[in-house]
Amino acid sequence: MSDAATMTLEEREATLGGVGTARKRKEDVRFIQGAGNYVDDVKLPGMVFGDFVRSPYAHARIKSINAEVALAVPGVKAVLTAADLKPLNLHYMPTLAGDVQAVLAEEKVLFQNQEVAFVIAEDRYIASDAAELVEVDYEELPPIVDAFKAMDEGAICLREDIQGKTEGAHGARKHDNHIFTWEIGDKEGADKALETGEVTVKELVTYQRVHPSPLETCASIASMDKIKGELTLYGTFQAPHVVRTVASLLSAIPEHKIRVIAPDIGGGFGNKVGVYPGYVCSIVASIVLGVPVKWVEDRIENLSATAFARDYHMTGELAATKDGKITGLKCHVLADHGAFDACADPTKWPAGFFNICTGSYDIPVAHVSVDGVYTNKAPGGVAYRCSFRVTEAAYMIERMMDVLAQKLEMDPAELRLKNFVQPAQFPYNSALGWEYDSGDYPTAMNQMMQAVDYAGLRREQAEQRDKVARGESRSLMGIGVSFFTEIVGAGPSRNCDILGVAMFDSCEIRVHPTGSAIARLGTKSQGQAHETTYAQILATEIGIPSEDIGIEEGDTDTAPYGLGTYGSRSTPVAGAAAARVGRKIRAKAQKIAAHLLEVAEGDLEWEIDRFKVKGLPEKEATMKEIAWAAYNNLPEGMEPGLEAVDYYDPPNMTYPFGAYLCVADIDVDTGETSIRRFYALDDCGTRINPMVIEGQVHGGLTEAFGIAMGQEIAYDELGNVQGASLMDYFLPTAVETPVWETDFTVTPSPHHPIGAKGVGESPNVGGVPAFSNAVIDAFSHLGVKHMPMPHTAWRVWQQCKESGLTK
Amino acid sequence: MSKQHVKMTVNGTEVEGDIEARTLLIHFLRENIGLTGPHIGCETSHCGACTVDIDGRSVKSCTLFAVQAQESDITTVEGMASPDGTLHAIQEGFMQEHGLQCGFCTPGMIMRTHRLLKENPDPTDEEIRWGISGNLCRCTGYQNIVKAVRYAAKKLNETTREAAE
Amino acid sequence: MIPGDFEYYRPNSLDEAVQLLATHGDDARVLAGGHSLIPMMKLRLAAPEHLVDLRNIASLSGVSESGGDITIGAMTTQTELITSTVLSEHCPIIRETALLIADPQVRYCGTLGGNVANGDPGNDMPALMQCLGATYILQGPDGMREVEARGFYEAAYFTEMNDGEILTAVRFPTPAAGHGYAYKKLKRKVGDYATAAAAVLLSMKDGNCVSASIALTNVADTPLYAQAASDALVGTTIDAAAIDEAVALAEGITEPASDGRGPAEYRTKMAGVMARRAILEAKERAQ
Repeated sequence: MSDAATMTLEEREATLGGVGTARKRKEDVRFIQGAGNYVDDVKLPGMVFGDFVRSPYAHARIKSINAEVALAVPGVKAVLTAADLKPLNLHYMPTLAGDVQAVLAEEKVLFQNQEVAFVIAEDRYIASDAAELVEVDYEELPPIVDAFKAMDEGAICLREDIQGKTEGAHGARKHDNHIFTWEIGDKEGADKALETGEVTVKELVTYQRVHPSPLETCASIASMDKIKGELTLYGTFQAPHVVRTVASLLSAIPEHKIRVIAPDIGGGFGNKVGVYPGYVCSIVASIVLGVPVKWVEDRIENLSATAFARDYHMTGELAATKDGKITGLKCHVLADHGAFDACADPTKWPAGFFNICTGSYDIPVAHVSVDGVYTNKAPGGVAYRCSFRVTEAAYMIERMMDVLAQKLEMDPAELRLKNFVQPAQFPYNSALGWEYDSGDYPTAMNQMMQAVDYAGLRREQAEQRDKVARGESRSLMGIGVSFFTEIVGAGPSRNCDILGVAMFDSCEIRVHPTGSAIARLGTKSQGQAHETTYAQILATEIGIPSEDIGIEEGDTDTAPYGLGTYGSRSTPVAGAAAARVGRKIRAKAQKIAAHLLEVAEGDLEWEIDRFKVKGLPEKEATMKEIAWAAYNNLPEGMEPGLEAVDYYDPPNMTYPFGAYLCVADIDVDTGETSIRRFYALDDCGTRINPMVIEGQVHGGLTEAFGIAMGQEIAYDELGNVQGASLMDYFLPTAVETPVWETDFTVTPSPHHPIGAKGVGESPNVGGVPAFSNAVIDAFSHLGVKHMPMPHTAWRVWQQCKESGLTK
Repeated sequence: MSKQHVKMTVNGTEVEGDIEARTLLIHFLRENIGLTGPHIGCETSHCGACTVDIDGRSVKSCTLFAVQAQESDITTVEGMASPDGTLHAIQEGFMQEHGLQCGFCTPGMIMRTHRLLKENPDPTDEEIRWGISGNLCRCTGYQNIVKAVRYAAKKLNETTREAAE
Repeated sequence: MIPGDFEYYRPNSLDEAVQLLATHGDDARVLAGGHSLIPMMKLRLAAPEHLVDLRNIASLSGVSESGGDITIGAMTTQTELITSTVLSEHCPIIRETALLIADPQVRYCGTLGGNVANGDPGNDMPALMQCLGATYILQGPDGMREVEARGFYEAAYFTEMNDGEILTAVRFPTPAAGHGYAYKKLKRKVGDYATAAAAVLLSMKDGNCVSASIALTNVADTPLYAQAASDALVGTTIDAAAIDEAVALAEGITEPASDGRGPAEYRTKMAGVMARRAILEAKERAQ
């Protein structure tokens, strides 16, 4: 106690390492020494290895599968096919979107690299050899690659397993290749606004199919203990508890006999939310063989078979007055879901939260409809570093704002300023049904415009355009403005669940007698520094230094049930649970302090790490003293110990926002774009760890850069996936990646216990339109309204050519 | 096919084993020796997560057969800290400058930085970016990695200067 | 991505290596840096049963200049090319090119011989060797022979080299003192093959171009030596008209594939842009 007693307030704050400090990360110590524990690092006694036989065709009938030769390879333990899974009713698995997905293809394959057979062998080398030897006889069928042709009359039915079903999980199906129509808003009102608008614009804005591609691919190890009837499942799971529930439902193993462990995860970005055939096959194989079975996908499998994102064809329409006040929005989306609807969205939201697409603007009336269709492409539809379909929504509205500004001959920043939801309007009810919690958009926008000298940039752009026109330069300058509002932190149980489980989250804490603590949460970090930042939230609440608070996640045997980490929900939901569990601890601590100091509870006041008696500052009880007393000196009748649990069902989502600006220079002769400057102002409410926030913003912007400038999972007309390796799929290196400038404003969330909103995904959501708008803005003076993403050199060059700029 | 006997020095310790000729060095290091630092990210020599130092060269161990490393001297991230546990300046730099998030690329990044700073002890930011361009990171956007490398360069140069004085 | 198994040999002499290839015929492949072959093996696009690793044959490495020729051993790595003082002094275009190949780690392993011998049209060194007028020295069971780089490439992965032969070295005339040079490569990112690239070597005298050599990378299924484009510069001051003509001639011989780097039309045009930029820079550098 002695050093604590002599410390100044500032020293005690510094020792606490609570909310607002740029605390160094706790998890780094193991990672920088190669001592992380990722799934492929886990080795269990007797473990064998599974590998898939995959379809070379996008659409084909399976005539026969012959595994005899493969089974004869020494070291091969088994080969699973749909025929083996069918008696267990495991040849299909339910998806989060209410569809089913083939675990192993039964009669047909529906996308290239679809899982057809699972070969289990002593090691991965033998499994790989044997997979080559499984003979599959296919009869090729014509594929549907173009989503716009999926519902053509006479289009071949892809999903024979649900052929003729007119009702899907989300309402009526109007074609065999149709999944759902989802509508929201006032159609009549929006139609009228568009009909009567003084100025209207309409544009097809496509957000191409991309893939999150974390550096670690997906993997699992299933270990069935047949004697105890217990299954242990290690895996790359962003939501381990949900996996446990799904595994129990699928396998009929009681949920208490399943332990799911998500060890360290090498990046997720949405890729590791879903349940994949590899997980299921490793479980089945372990049940069959009675030994642990490991499955690790390779990069080609990762890019071509698990969890694409986007593939949204969005037709946006805006109506406005002549002076630029928006009067209505309409949007229709054709959503290409691939062969199975495996979108990772809350159950009631087949198009995620796409209806955040009114963005940051006070749009009086709006209507959105989304049609999901099947094609011969990989299933997925995950939220790649964004909340559910939020980046698609932000891309559509932020592109449309530029299209409208151009039509109005108005500056894009000015148009945004003119239409912002104003600070006094919060909480703001959007035309498409959301209640925005808080925001100050004009302040953020103005801060950005001043920081970058927006007017100066526009002057420079005008001069540069003149130079190009005079033939003095071959470089176009583009300025991309993006102002986004996200909706994250799913979510309130009234509108968000996954397979019926409400999307709450949780924190449990035990304070030990000597004054340190262990806290466990229902989320799962994939690099977001939870071990560091949750401890900061708790430190501030309970007065125990963050250094003395251990954080654990990812083991369903120990962590309280939670829905996991995606959609920027960790801070808004589990972070709130952490704050609230801390308050429960502090409430009990106050009672103990009153007992120790022999005063009434109400005579105490809290100061950083201790209770003090009001008016008698020398009479105090530190949390360290209180923790000790909790185990030996309690008020009469009080239960010993100092622990609590909190399950937090948020009253609302949180709505982070930000103002981004991108300056791009385009080489007219090659079409190459160079990002000269990128400024990102984020408002994520209360800032828990500025260092971690900045790191999240850097990373998100880099992913946005990759998406906007090069990423695409493309297919040829036969449904062959193109470029599914890191040679072709654009993950930028340090050389291509721009330098990032970050800034912030702070508008706390009024409903979150500490006012925090979440930030990890904002830069992806806001970044993509900023890049895209910059590239297209470079051509706006030539009448160009829109250009397709990704803005690869050749596509941009194509525009240069069409605009008559090439030689 | 017959097994091959390989012998090499890994982090100062001589290791050997009888392996198939096709065994990739990354698998030898991870499966036979039990290291967890070098990671497998892309398998096509693009991501650099498997980077180790072999006889004074940064090498992607997913694109080298273990037999090719016969008699080599290999350092992995596990061999960077001092035997007393003191972190190497590069490890310290990554921690101080928030140069990592998920940690999957980190061992490769650190090993690449190790060789880069041996060859160019005082690199510019641009030289750092080119120097680590064989290592992909999906989390950090590289900006803090550049700072981490700078931090390490400064500290290593100070140590060298002090030693010289 | 696991390769098939093979027998591994690490001979200590060239003769021994040639003998091993002779013994195992079609089923044997030479292993140099491995950064082309091993990925192919991991994808099971190549499955040699015998691999003959050349790394112990010391005579296959090194750079030397004598008698007006530069000779580079086949096992010389890209990193060694970059750090070679002989090349920096006499033929800096090699360093410039090597720095644009793959990434640092790959350059520590990748060899000149591997880059030029496997016939991948994406590789950068073949066009550069054509530009330099290099000769490839091949050793086979019947002894040594020489093949001009400009006549070596037949189609993607098909070359003049016979089964059983090993490329041991490349040799080319040391470029004239004061020559101008440039290698310009357009690519999507570090580690990518060229969308298009151009190597240019030229000499100027009294303001006139007295020799020029242009070659193109990855805009056909072989590297392309642009003879006519080269000729179009000689005798001119390399003025705008001469450059336009050379560029048009260079574009004219391209036959690129359409791929993720862009459609054929774009890649042809980029071959022209790279050639133009390389010519301008080479002219600038020429003394």
